[in-house]
Amino acid sequence: MPRYLGYTLGDESVPVPPPSPDLMQRMGEFVEEATKAGVLVMTGGIGPTAMGAKVTLADGEFSVVDGPFAEAKELIGGWALTECRDLDEAVEWTKRFLAVLGEGEARVRPVF
Amino acid sequence: MSDARAATEAVFRVERTRLVGGLLRYVGDVGLAEDLAQDALVAALEQWPADGVPRNPGAWLMTVARRRAVDLVRRDRVLADKYALVAPTLQSTSSGPDEEALDGDGIDDDVLRLVFVACHPVLPPAARVALALRLLGGLTTAEIARAYGQPETTVAQRISRAKKTIAQAGAPFEVPTGDDRAARLPSVLEVVYLVFNEGYTATAGDDWARPELCFEALRLARVLAALLPDEPEVLGLQALLELQSSRLDARVGPDGAPVLLADQDRRRWDRLLIRRGLDALARAEARGGRGPYVLQAAIAACHARAFSVDETDWTRIAALYAELVALVPSPVVELNRAVAVARAVGPQEGLDVVDALAATGTLDAYHLLPSVRADLLVRLGRVDEARGELVRAAGMTANLRERDLLLRRWHDLDGTAAPADET
Repeated sequence: MPRYLGYTLGDESVPVPPPSPDLMQRMGEFVEEATKAGVLVMTGGIGPTAMGAKVTLADGEFSVVDGPFAEAKELIGGWALTECRDLDEAVEWTKRFLAVLGEGEARVRPVF
Repeated sequence: MSDARAATEAVFRVERTRLVGGLLRYVGDVGLAEDLAQDALVAALEQWPADGVPRNPGAWLMTVARRRAVDLVRRDRVLADKYALVAPTLQSTSSGPDEEALDGDGIDDDVLRLVFVACHPVLPPAARVALALRLLGGLTTAEIARAYGQPETTVAQRISRAKKTIAQAGAPFEVPTGDDRAARLPSVLEVVYLVFNEGYTATAGDDWARPELCFEALRLARVLAALLPDEPEVLGLQALLELQSSRLDARVGPDGAPVLLADQDRRRWDRLLIRRGLDALARAEARGGRGPYVLQAAIAACHARAFSVDETDWTRIAALYAELVALVPSPVVELNRAVAVARAVGPQEGLDVVDALAATGTLDAYHLLPSVRADLLVRLGRVDEARGELVRAAGMTANLRERDLLLRRWHDLDGTAAPADET
C-alpha cells in the first residue's frame, strides 16, 4: 500500500512548552481515530539534537559530532507513517493532524 | 480547479464509510444511505471549491445528507412510514451544520453495523465480497470490476441485487451480540480473507497478484481489529494478513513470475508489517485464540521469524498444521503438513503423509500433490519416479506460469534439483 511519512518541522532555538494535558488528550483521540481507520501504521517523536549525534564520512574518514547541531534550522519533530490510497488522502490526514496540533508546518512525502 | 476537487474527493473517501454507516442508522436502507452519501458529495463538489472545505467536513456531509433524506421522504408518499420512523432524529438537526452529527459515540457501531450488513449470510459469498468492497472498502464499482477482471455491469448488478436481497430479507441493521455475533463473525472474516486471497493469487486476468485487493483487505482487517479488539480470530486474521502482505514484493519476480517461499529474498520482506503481524498474533494468543486464523497466522509467523528455509522452525509448523487440520479438516492443509513434516523429520515421513493423502483420492485433480511428491522423491533419490510426477503435475495445472515452473524442474532433474515448497 502506498506509504507516506508525515512530519512536523521545528526550530530548537524556539523553546516549545510541554504539551498540555488537553493537547495530549486530543492527540490521543486523533491517533485512535487514524488507527481505527486502518491508516496509521507507526508514529513517534524525535528527540532534540542535544541527545543525538552527527556522523559524517568524507575522504574515507568518519567523524562523529555529538549534538546539539546549532546550525540546523529545520528539524524533524514528530512523525507518522501512514498507509493511504494516494497523496490526496495523506494530505487530508495531515490536515486533521495539524488541526489537532494547532499551528505549525507539516510535510508529507511518499515512502518507497 | 482540479486541486479542490481532488481534496474534496479525498475527504469524501476518508469519510464515506462512517457517513453511509451513520445514514443507514437513520434511513434503514443500504441503497438509500449510499445514494444520500453520493448526493452529499455532489453538494460538496459544488460548494467546497468556492467556499473552502468546512472545519468538520464529515459533519457537513452528514448534515447535507440528512436534510436531503428529509426532503426525499417528504416528497415520496410511499415512504411515509419511514418518515414517521426517522422524522424525530432528522428534524432535530435540520437547522444548521451539525457538529454532533458524526462526533457521537455511535461511529464505531455505525461502521460495525455496516460490516455485518455487507457480510450478511442471506447473500451469496460473491455478493458479500462485492458489497463489502463497495460499502467499506471505498472502491468504486469500476475499480472492483477491474480488480476482479469482470465486466463492470456484472459487478454493478451483483451489488444492486445484494442491496435488494438485504432489503427484502428485512435484515435487522444491528451489530449482533453474544452468540449471534459469534455465529455471524466467521462470515465477516471470510469475506475479508476472500478479498485478500483474490489479490494474493489472482484467479483471473494477466497478473499473478493484485496488490490493491490485498491492501484493501488488510485495511478492512485493521478496521475490524480496531472495532473488535477482543476477538481472537479477528486479531488472528489481521496478523495473518499483515504477515502475508509483508511478502508481497518478494513473491513476484522482475518478469512478473511467481517466486516461491523457499526462493524469496527475505531481505525484501517488509519488517514493519511483520512486526505488526507478530504483535497482533501475540494479542490473539493472549486472549486464548487457537482458531483457524490464529493458527494460520502462527504458521506465517514461523516463516516471518526465519531468515532462511533452514532456520525455519519446521517442527512447530508441522504441529500447527496438525492442530489446524484437526480443527478444519482439509486435504490441502494436510498436504502442507506433509511438506512441514518432511522438513522437520525427513522426506520419507513426509512422503508417508502424502501417500496416505493420495490414497483417499480427494486431491486427484490437484497438481500440487504430484508436485510435492516429486520433491520428496528427489530427496529420497528416486529421481525416475519424480520425473513422472512432475510431468503429471504439469499436465494438471491450467496456469501457464506454474506449468513452466514444473517443466523447468523436470529439465533440471539430475538428482540435485532444489525442492520447492508451497508459496
